[in-house]
Amino acid sequence: MTAEQGVFLFIGFVTLFSAYTMVTRSNLVHAALFLIVALFGVAVIFVLLDAGFLAVVQVLVYIGAIAILMIFAVMLTQDNASRDQESMNINYGWAVLLSALFAFALIVMLGQWQDIGAMAPTLDAGRDTVVELGSALVSPDGYVIPFEVASVLLLAALIGALVVARPQKKGK
Amino acid sequence: MIPLSWYLYLSAGLFGIGLYGVLARKNAIAILMGVELMLNAVNINIVAFWRYLTPQNMSGQAFAVMVFAVAAAEVAVGLALVISIYRRRKTVDANEINLMKW
Repeated sequence: MTAEQGVFLFIGFVTLFSAYTMVTRSNLVHAALFLIVALFGVAVIFVLLDAGFLAVVQVLVYIGAIAILMIFAVMLTQDNASRDQESMNINYGWAVLLSALFAFALIVMLGQWQDIGAMAPTLDAGRDTVVELGSALVSPDGYVIPFEVASVLLLAALIGALVVARPQKKGK
Repeated sequence: MIPLSWYLYLSAGLFGIGLYGVLARKNAIAILMGVELMLNAVNINIVAFWRYLTPQNMSGQAFAVMVFAVAAAEVAVGLALVISIYRRRKTVDANEINLMKW
């Protein structure tokens, strides 16, 4: 077993464990902290996949923004009544069955695919994938339209979140 | 060297755990956290396919960036809705938010 495989196995185990702990903890602040560990594990996976830029974006966007936003929302909506309640709904058993079945079906289906054991082709030396990604995102031959649509979506989400979360006016 | 299958199995497991979180949790914020896990599993898949099957063009990484943008938009609007519901109904329990339930 190479060092790379060892790192992958360790990080994969940590990611899956903290993801599982996240969905089973009834304390939401703990769940959010385990979410951060899981997201960090995914960032390491991106590094193993030679996507360093995405790993940085993962840390900035997911851990720096989304997870912190989650913790803010948990603190804004936390009250003493909901803290000690049962955290799972009555369809708990169905959820276990359905998600286990789904993951099992995915793994079985992937196992039958012929390219499943493919090894990574070597990237050409001296190739800068970050520069290539940047020019692909803004070149007309590349992904400039999805890129612009994503920016419009972010603007719409920004305005929408402001409108939805704004306090109600008095007398309405 | 790590075969492609390891990444795909990891992301299948992560997706299953996220799906379980979405289906089983009562708290609306915990459900959104489960959605984040599922989006991360999808992203691992996209980047793994880029690295192993088409590393010569950047489509995989470009679409992973789109998934990041959509995830950020989704969580912003989702949490705004949760906070708005909490302000009016004093609850974030998905079972009690049933005004429009048939």
